[in-house]
Amino acid sequence: MSDAEVKKPAARGGRNLELPEHLKAYKGVWVFIEHDRGEAHSVSWELLGEGRKLADTLGVSLSGVIMGGPDEPLDTIAREAYTFGAENCYIVRDPVLKGYRNEPFTKGMTDLVNKYQPEIVLLGATTMGRDLAGSVATTLATGLTADCTELRIDPATRALAATRPTFGGSLLCTIMTLAYRPQMATVRPRVMRMPDADPARSGSIVEDTLGMIETDIVTKLLDFIADENSNKVNLAYADIIVSGGKGLKTPDNFKLIWDLAKVLGAEVGATRPVVQSGWVDAERQVGQTGKTVRPKLYIAAGISGAIQHRVGMEGADVIVAINTDANAPIFDFAHHGIVGNAMQVLPVLTDTFREHIAMRSRKAA
Amino acid sequence: MHIVVCIKQVPDSAQIRVHPVTNTIMRQGVPAIVNPYDLFALEEALRLKDKFGGKVTMLCMGPPQAEDALKKCISFGADDAVLVTDRSFAGADTLATSYALAAAVRQISKEQKVDIVFTGKQTIDGDTAQVGPGIAKRLGLQLLTYVSRIADLDLENDTITVERRAEGGVQVLKTAVPCLITMLEGTNEMRFAPLENMIHAARYPVRKWNKEAAGIEDVTKIGLKGSPTVVSKVFGPTPRAEKALMQSVDDATPRDVALNVIQKIFTQHPTLERDILAKASV
Repeated sequence: MSDAEVKKPAARGGRNLELPEHLKAYKGVWVFIEHDRGEAHSVSWELLGEGRKLADTLGVSLSGVIMGGPDEPLDTIAREAYTFGAENCYIVRDPVLKGYRNEPFTKGMTDLVNKYQPEIVLLGATTMGRDLAGSVATTLATGLTADCTELRIDPATRALAATRPTFGGSLLCTIMTLAYRPQMATVRPRVMRMPDADPARSGSIVEDTLGMIETDIVTKLLDFIADENSNKVNLAYADIIVSGGKGLKTPDNFKLIWDLAKVLGAEVGATRPVVQSGWVDAERQVGQTGKTVRPKLYIAAGISGAIQHRVGMEGADVIVAINTDANAPIFDFAHHGIVGNAMQVLPVLTDTFREHIAMRSRKAA
Repeated sequence: MHIVVCIKQVPDSAQIRVHPVTNTIMRQGVPAIVNPYDLFALEEALRLKDKFGGKVTMLCMGPPQAEDALKKCISFGADDAVLVTDRSFAGADTLATSYALAAAVRQISKEQKVDIVFTGKQTIDGDTAQVGPGIAKRLGLQLLTYVSRIADLDLENDTITVERRAEGGVQVLKTAVPCLITMLEGTNEMRFAPLENMIHAARYPVRKWNKEAAGIEDVTKIGLKGSPTVVSKVFGPTPRAEKALMQSVDDATPRDVALNVIQKIFTQHPTLERDILAKASV
């Protein structure tokens, strides 16, 4: 078939993949800095770390965008943004920007982009960032890539090459926005490494106005009910995680995961199939559609290592995998592999860890 | 009241297999389902209909066989279904998809004014969560994403109050109808379809609209042509450069394997051992 020869995207459907002349003026990398009750979300600093690399590769500046109410510490957040690599911050300060609402934030962001013309805009893939990114990209009619796991600059085109899992997390794909600006992307919390803060760094502030009054805005924020933190599972920031997959066969066997976690003072994680089977709560799911984690130690038992799980945990310092199948994909990226039945290995591992801790604690005392 | 629920037919991702050599998706035999997140939107729409009366119209963009997904929704209790299907939609990214769906909602609204558009939080194949906000912006609708509860709907005054999942808490938002709601998962449970509904659904004449019928005016905004994003590469994961240190319980006792792994980890990462000991002593 002649169809087989037509492979290059450029050749299909008369689609323009060249950057039009008027969009070549778009320069610089922006990070939307999300904040709540006076604190910036750590995903914004992770994005500044990543944005710094992109800006350096392109030889352009890195800026933060901060929007909020007059009584919010926007300048303090800007100063913190400098320590993570931003050279300047665009601040929009207006009473209607107190508490996130789609309409004023979309207007604020869209106006800033149209005025200052950045080539790349990055946002955290949070409920705020995704709500805002989808609205801004549609308003600006440009490309947006969600939940990226890797951001690079394509040397040939100088375009942002954004990689993300696709097809339900079974493959990865790299997506580029070639003929439109800005190039937009979201990244989930904890996917990128937290950069080191450099308190010696400083930057400048550009203040802009929103030009909207409360009566212009249809949606009203009546209340904010903060989550109770007492019983919350904080998987994303756990230092040690013991995770189980469907290789454990029964919910009863999954108790072995809890046993080991208890000895190590660890959090319990699980794969999507385990959560879908109702063995543990959804908030313990690790992976593309669950939490992204970066623990110091990740023990995976009965987990094959599908991409959708892998992208959620491969940032761990040490990965120990237990699986009966020596060819399971998880052994391609684990640091320590144990080929064996998790139901047999886990209790022994738990006992051995317990003895080791007891012995070392005695020595220390 | 007239509610439009947008759905997508997706491959059941739990059953997707990737060819180990060619890294292509093996689609044969993978069942197509209604995107599971969309069912929360449909159930919420049906509950509003139960309470306030009115009509629920389903909307889907996809190939002709996506008709099956719409019939499924009819069996749950939706009243009407429109499938927007045209070869020129192929290759659409989220921006081009929202353009086509927004045009179709406008057409549906000409037949009967639409009060609320529902979508799921995201799809399980694309996972972008971008199409809902896109449709809202194109239609100038108030956007309410990640809604966990509809607290109040006042049709006299055309207002709606919802709870929206935000970072670290729940926002209570009040806005005007018409609006677009993306429904959070786990917020309700889809009802069962009674047998008579299933028979009705099987025979239901799903309306199929091509791009003209859907009211698409600008063909440069649909399909591949209307998509700013370009997929430059699809690939499988690469193994870590450094191979894992492998041990097998076939070659040593589980106890020896465990001792060996623990010793190696703690020798390489002494701070990790200190952290664990510190926790254990508390």
